[in-house]
Formats: sequence, structure tokens, C-alpha cells
Amino acid sequence: MSTWEAVIALIGLALITVLTRGFFLLPEREVPIPAWLREALRYAPLAALVAVVVPETVMTQGHLIHDWRDARLFAAAAGALWFWWRRGILGTIVCGTVVLLTLRLTLGW
Amino acid sequence: MSVSEPLWRHPEFRRGAHEMVGIALGIAAWGLVTGVAMVKTGLGVPLSVLMSLLVFAGSAQLATLPLIVSGAPIWVVWATAICVNLRFVIFSAGWRPYFGHLPRRQRMWQAYFTADLNYVCFMRRFPEPKPSPEQLPYFWGGAVVNWLAWQVLSLLGIFLADTIPTAWGLGFAGTLALLGLTGSLLSDRATWLAAAVAGCASVAAYSLPLKLNIVTAIAAAIAIGVLLDHFKAPPAPVAVANPGDRT
Repeated sequence: MSTWEAVIALIGLALITVLTRGFFLLPEREVPIPAWLREALRYAPLAALVAVVVPETVMTQGHLIHDWRDARLFAAAAGALWFWWRRGILGTIVCGTVVLLTLRLTLGW
Repeated sequence: MSVSEPLWRHPEFRRGAHEMVGIALGIAAWGLVTGVAMVKTGLGVPLSVLMSLLVFAGSAQLATLPLIVSGAPIWVVWATAICVNLRFVIFSAGWRPYFGHLPRRQRMWQAYFTADLNYVCFMRRFPEPKPSPEQLPYFWGGAVVNWLAWQVLSLLGIFLADTIPTAWGLGFAGTLALLGLTGSLLSDRATWLAAAVAGCASVAAYSLPLKLNIVTAIAAAIAIGVLLDHFKAPPAPVAVANPGDRT
């Protein structure tokens, strides 16, 4: 792809960002939103989050991990425990990252 | 919203910003990783900067990067981004009752700046889908923090790409942020079940191209959630608690 083609691709991608994020928000007149979609909204964000988190935690290059000695498992568990205990997101990140880095840098997991 | 008072002076702007700061660490780490990834994939610094500033959608950026670099047809690049962004289409229906009455130009800016986590935080703060004056300042408070955290660290990643060791696995901080957010959305049996279904579906469908496993997982979780809602008995009338009243 030439530089100009790439620039056009990027401008298109920016438009896609606006149009997908505003799909039902942008039209002047109310777009009828199907009833099932309205109900679905309660679960959509939760599902999207879990759908990203789980593969990032238990998969490597498209395959389930076979070795329990994976720093990510312990980091996620530590983060989850922290959240269950204190319900803070910042603490979840810090606690999980500390566990991850410790295991990576000391044990090489 | 009163005209005399700027949005950023509103207490809800602070609140929106404050609630996003807790998550911003994860967003920032993610931005850093995306910045590094753009350069390391071979996009070059100028195009990487342009991509970060224009596109402002991490997962779409990461998904289309290899396609742009390898010279895939432009429509494939765009189709990939649309698929990865399908979840935003679902979210946009959620925004409508809150912001549908605002001028279109304003809605366009809002649409551009609403990342996933803005949606999640906003819906947690305002579960009732009715417009109210605190919503706009809260929205922008969170959006500004999210944008800054993302862009600053993404640009830093672009310029420091060659000095940050990938072995540190800083990308996982983003995952941990999402994990905490997930926890805050788990409230009853239906949400736990929907989450379990989404997790399994996402792993099972992982080999689908274009990150379609995410869409599959959302669809599966919605199906089970809506099904559970329909089988549940209608909620009992809420008793109005009155602490002084002991009948």
C-alpha cells in the first residue's frame, strides 16, 4: 500500500469509528430499535469484556494453554481476588501486574 | 445544562473523570502497547501517529494493522474494522435514549469519543435510560480522561517502540482493567451465567477470522441472558423502605 493509499485507509477507518459508534445515535429520526436488542443491551458490554479477557488469559497464539505455570493465570486470579475483596479497579490492575511481573522476572513463567 | 456554566466546571465532570482515572492505568498501558505494535509491525512513525490520532479505536487498529502493512485491498481493511467495531453498533442503541435529543453535530463528536469503557462506566452510573442534566458533563469528564490516557501513551509507545521490552507483558494491564470492570457488572445469576457463556464462546470461536469470536460471544451471552430474563418470574413490587415505619 502506498503512503497515500494508507492515508485514505486511515481516514476511512476514522469514519468507521464514528459511524459504528454512532449507528443508532446519529440518525435525526428515532430508528426503531428492536425489542430484543433493547433487552440485549444489558448483557452486551459484559459479554464484550469477558470475550476479550478470557482468551487473553487462557490462550496463547490461538490455543488453550497446557501449562499451569503461566504468569497470566496467577495475575488474573490475583486481580479477581483483589476486586472481590476491595472492589477497586485500580487495585485490580496494580495487584495483577505486580504478580505478573514478579512471576515473569523471577521464575520466567 | 445551563449555558453560563462550562461543562468542565460541573461536579459530574469531575466525577466522570475521577471514575475513569481508576481505569485509565489499564487504558494507558494498552495505548502504549498499541503504539509500540504499530511501529513494530512496520507502519512507520508518521502513519502510526496519524492512525492513533485519527482512528482512536484500539482493537480496530490492532486488527487492521497487519492488513495495511501487507498491502491488503482497502475494502478488506475497512470490512475488518467494521466487524471488530460491531459491538459499538450495539452500544450506540444504548446511547440513544440519553443523547438522542442533542444537536447532531454534538452527537457526532460524542460518537467519536465513546470507547468501550466510557459506555460501561456511563451505564453503571446512569442505569435508568432517561436524559438528565448530569449526564453530559459526566460523559465528557470520562471521555477526556480516556482520550488523554490513550493518546499520550500511544504516542509515547510510537516514539519509544524500540526501547520497551515486549517481554514485560504490559499489555496484560489492559486485560486486568477489563477484568475489574467485568467484576463491577456481575450482579445476579443471569449476568454470571451470561459471562460464563461469553467466556466459553469466545475461546471456542477463537479461530474465526476478524475477531468474530467477540461478536459470537456477545450473541451467545445475549441469547442466554434474554432467555433467563424470560423464564424468571416478574419482579415483585418494590417495597418502599421507610426506616421510621414499623408496621
